[in-house]
Amino acid sequence: MISQFFILSSKGDPLIYKDFRGDSGGRDVAELFYRKLTGLPGDESPVVMVTTGGRRHHDGRHFIHIRHSSLYLVVTTSENVSPFSLLELLSRLATLLGDYCGSLGEGTISRNVALVYELLDEVLDYGYVQTTSTEMLRNFIQTEAVVSKPFSLFDLSSVGLFGAETQQSKVAPSSAASRPVLSSRSDQSQKNEVFLDVVERLSVLIASNGSLLKVDVQGEIRLKSFLPSGSEMRIGLTEEFCVGKSELRGYGPGIRVDEVSFHSSVNLDEFESHRILRLQPPQGELTVMRYQLSDDLPSPLPFRLFPSVQWDRGSGRLQVYLKLRCDLPSKREIPGERVSSARQACPKKAPSPAPSLSKLQPVSGAEQPRAEGRAGGGSPSLGPASGARRLSTLGPFPDGRPRAPRTSQPWALHLGPSSGSGPGQSLL
Amino acid sequence: MLPHQDEKEPTSYRGSCGSCPVTVRKMPYLGSEDVVKELKKALCNPHIQADRLRYRNVIQRVIRYMTQGLDMSGVFMEMVKASATVDIVQKKLVYLYMCTYAPLKPDLALLAINTLCKDCSDPNPMVRGLALRSMCSLRMPGVQEYIQQPILNGLRDKASYVRRVAVLGCAKMHNLHGDSEVDGALVNELYSLLRDQDPIVVVNCLRSLEEILKLEGGVVINKPIAHHLLNRMSKLDQWGQAEVLNFLLRYQPRSEEELFDILNLLDSFLKSSSPGVVMGATKLFLILAKKFPHVQTDVLVRVKGPLLAACSSESRELCFVALCHVRQILHSLPGHFSSHYKKFFCSYSEPHYIKLQKVEVLCELVNDENVQQVLEELRGYCTDVSADFAQAAIFAIGGIARTYTDQCVQILTELLGLRQEHITTVVVQTFRDLVWLCPQCTEAVCQALPGCEENIQDSEGKQALIWLLGVHGERIPNAPYVLEDFVENVKSETFPAVKMELLTALLRLFLSRPAECQDMLGRLLYYCIEEEKDMAVRDRGLFYYRLLLVGIDEVKRILCSPKSDPTLGLLEDPAERPVNSWASDFNTLVPVYGKAHWATISKCQGAERCGPELPKTSSFAASGPLIPEDNKEREQELPDSGALMLVPNRQLTADYFEKTWLSLKVAHQQVLPWRGEFHPDTLQMALQVVNIQTIAMSRAGTRPWKAYLSAQDDTGCLFLTELLLEPENSEMQISVKQNEARTETLNSFISVLETVIGTIEEIKS
Repeated sequence: MISQFFILSSKGDPLIYKDFRGDSGGRDVAELFYRKLTGLPGDESPVVMVTTGGRRHHDGRHFIHIRHSSLYLVVTTSENVSPFSLLELLSRLATLLGDYCGSLGEGTISRNVALVYELLDEVLDYGYVQTTSTEMLRNFIQTEAVVSKPFSLFDLSSVGLFGAETQQSKVAPSSAASRPVLSSRSDQSQKNEVFLDVVERLSVLIASNGSLLKVDVQGEIRLKSFLPSGSEMRIGLTEEFCVGKSELRGYGPGIRVDEVSFHSSVNLDEFESHRILRLQPPQGELTVMRYQLSDDLPSPLPFRLFPSVQWDRGSGRLQVYLKLRCDLPSKREIPGERVSSARQACPKKAPSPAPSLSKLQPVSGAEQPRAEGRAGGGSPSLGPASGARRLSTLGPFPDGRPRAPRTSQPWALHLGPSSGSGPGQSLL
Repeated sequence: MLPHQDEKEPTSYRGSCGSCPVTVRKMPYLGSEDVVKELKKALCNPHIQADRLRYRNVIQRVIRYMTQGLDMSGVFMEMVKASATVDIVQKKLVYLYMCTYAPLKPDLALLAINTLCKDCSDPNPMVRGLALRSMCSLRMPGVQEYIQQPILNGLRDKASYVRRVAVLGCAKMHNLHGDSEVDGALVNELYSLLRDQDPIVVVNCLRSLEEILKLEGGVVINKPIAHHLLNRMSKLDQWGQAEVLNFLLRYQPRSEEELFDILNLLDSFLKSSSPGVVMGATKLFLILAKKFPHVQTDVLVRVKGPLLAACSSESRELCFVALCHVRQILHSLPGHFSSHYKKFFCSYSEPHYIKLQKVEVLCELVNDENVQQVLEELRGYCTDVSADFAQAAIFAIGGIARTYTDQCVQILTELLGLRQEHITTVVVQTFRDLVWLCPQCTEAVCQALPGCEENIQDSEGKQALIWLLGVHGERIPNAPYVLEDFVENVKSETFPAVKMELLTALLRLFLSRPAECQDMLGRLLYYCIEEEKDMAVRDRGLFYYRLLLVGIDEVKRILCSPKSDPTLGLLEDPAERPVNSWASDFNTLVPVYGKAHWATISKCQGAERCGPELPKTSSFAASGPLIPEDNKEREQELPDSGALMLVPNRQLTADYFEKTWLSLKVAHQQVLPWRGEFHPDTLQMALQVVNIQTIAMSRAGTRPWKAYLSAQDDTGCLFLTELLLEPENSEMQISVKQNEARTETLNSFISVLETVIGTIEEIKS
């Protein structure tokens, strides 16, 4: 049971505010939430917060929020509810708003205030979820999304020199999928398109000698469908796809995942025999399948890391170079990639516990950072992954007595799409 | 097609919201008058009214200002007029506006009722639903008489959309009434609508009945309803499923056969792709199978996969909530996630609150096989850039050290070598706690200590170091010289607590190494008595001075307390809790807040809601649903304890208990006979019934078995109790301490305690 729902911008301005039950003290709750959030000490979790003391009306009100594309989606409740369901609802709302408005962001929300209120009105009544299925909702939603197409330099990049065909022009531009599901009724030229993204997040811990200490792959197949609903779709996976450690299929090494889960609308009748997923996707975005894999990778990593540590005795500086080499075929593309180094090889006597990450920056030889991907997010994206890249960090040692770095110190790398999804690549 | 000025907003308002805190309060209200005037003009303009899009646009602007917090109630009249339109988008916007401002302008809102009532009989079901929903959401007095008939019509509407709205409308109407009068006919109608074709109507009926019958304990789930709901489960969407699973919690199957039939039916929901449904189903399994521990364990094994997936989910919030639940499970089944320890390693980019949770989880799942890897991982965190996280990791290693002492002490000693201020201070504090609980590591700690005094600046760290030097000074060669430095600098010392610690430590060290300490002890005492401004420090100095005058033997008798007490470890890590103790908290906010924090929250709420009626100070509070039936029966057997009123839910922290326990004298000691087997859980539950809380107890089968209990009566008098069971002598020793010496309450407390123990023993034998 939800009392209020509101969306705040990253600065705390209310973009959307809806009070479902009228049992709260009023709209300054949003302000109260933002004050609490910004005033949190570092070790306290911001996921659920409670108001105690002070004014009577706010007492015992729980705030539960998610942060999505730099917006805060917040619900308040005064009951002891299931946190899993509420968080799920919030992320479903984020997806829904994205589906209807094209993408989720401060701009799109404030342009589509009427649409968002209309959606909320149908999704929640008196604080209870009615339906979140795009299919059912589209019968009730009358407002059309206001879409603005900001001018983007990336659109130009698909035009090659002298009109030559570039690599990008063969694939749809990355913004193709970010349009509202309900295209305007007057627009007859609606394309029947389906976007299928395989998004994998790899968390890899590599020892300095190159051996893998920990591998964790989280993958999902996301489908964004603009097809008229009711059309059946069949997705065939390779027949050598094995689930679990013991299963064996085909003659080759096979493709193995530890665990797999499907969306409830997927029909798995043919999955056991032919590895075919049958579904009738509703319009909008849908995660068809999630899978996880850890430790024993059936195939080598798509990249290699060459660390080198140099200690310049004269200047008392430690230079750490991380060279990342991607072994993917050049026709594949990684929309955005983040490399963060979890631990620096830190000598035992280092004056600061670890040189901070901010010192990590691409050095000469690296390509210009190029932001791709749908949302073009603000994360430190380092451009397409093919080819080698080098990162370095410098750690000064003013006391002039650094010890030899511990060679066994592992490196942790986190590689993943920076934001949203895109035509990613997969181990499958 | 639109004049530009219509779409443009005065930029000054947007800019003022948020970026400039001084103007944020004033600006909207100062400016809103002009905006309202302008919008009023636009809404009345017949040209705009004639143009559907322009009209809608102006209304959208009103809504936008409303969201930003401007008072738009001034245009209510014009908005009411705008509601009479065929444009459904415009209708929706106007109704949204009306629902927001109706409480402020009830008289004007009544004008809109006419349009709304007309819409309620519109041929289009969407319009009917919209009108009914909006009408029920007009939160103003006097609207009930207008909405009653439309709601009743709506309940029998042929469109399921309208029925859904009408069913929730019943709850809205009931809550508007404000009194507890329940309309029996309406309730019956709602119960019969549980058989509706539309699944959302069914779920809404449950929600609505729950609200209407709140005072009578909510909607009744009897056997036919429960079975009907179970059969409809697959037709519901995930939200409906999660909610129905929650309602089913209150159904008690009649027989074991029925119970297992239900569990089999629900089995598929444990595999759902929605975490909310999986957790809801898990909770239902745990509650229904409360008498079948193997079923519970089996379910917890099956929920492992979904929980682990949620723990590594992309959504940090979900990840956090899942981690909290993992910790909850680990309290009962310590080995449950041990083979998946790698899933709980932190990655660099995770936010702080997730890392801290993961470190806690790692600490709890450590076992013989993974201890090496976990410690290796934690050691890496100790040098993290974030000092808070590094310190949390060091404390975690300290926690593991109670079981795996040697490895941990070695790691901690290596950390001292880094000579980092924030690391050294935490390591020394960890050492202090460790030496107290695990005396076997004293030697290693004493060797590691020399040299750390250079890197400690904060009060906590200094206190810990000084304590260690005082208590174990005879094993640390340079202890007197380190303390001498502190004595030299005592004038510039800012923390009184450090000075007190220094006094005690130096006096202790003086007892074992008098020659080296005598001179500086004299100087310190002189300083404390003559120059110190802090009263507590001065009193402590005077106290020690007078004590020394009495004679060295007396000093020894008072200061030479034991240097360690491994049994106190019991207070630090509570025994494994049975699954049933938290099953009802699973999939709620309790594990997310933590049980202690939740207790304070609900106490505030309880006091607020029930006013002066709470707290209930009956000696036997209403027992929770988790206490087995046989305990409830015993309530009658217990004698009325007369003047003694024990306060329920007075949970003390282990630290506070320990402090109080050590500071008090035994007020009463007694030995009870005890034969045969012993079940600590039963005892704990029985004690809970009479509002005696268990702070800590040994695991079942430990010899001698110990338990620490606390209770508080309505006058604030604390009773601290130690139970010591020695099976060899077949007797149980009870020692009670009291913070206010009052014999009559003490006697009644002891008689309550005796009765409980006696009853339990009777059952066993």
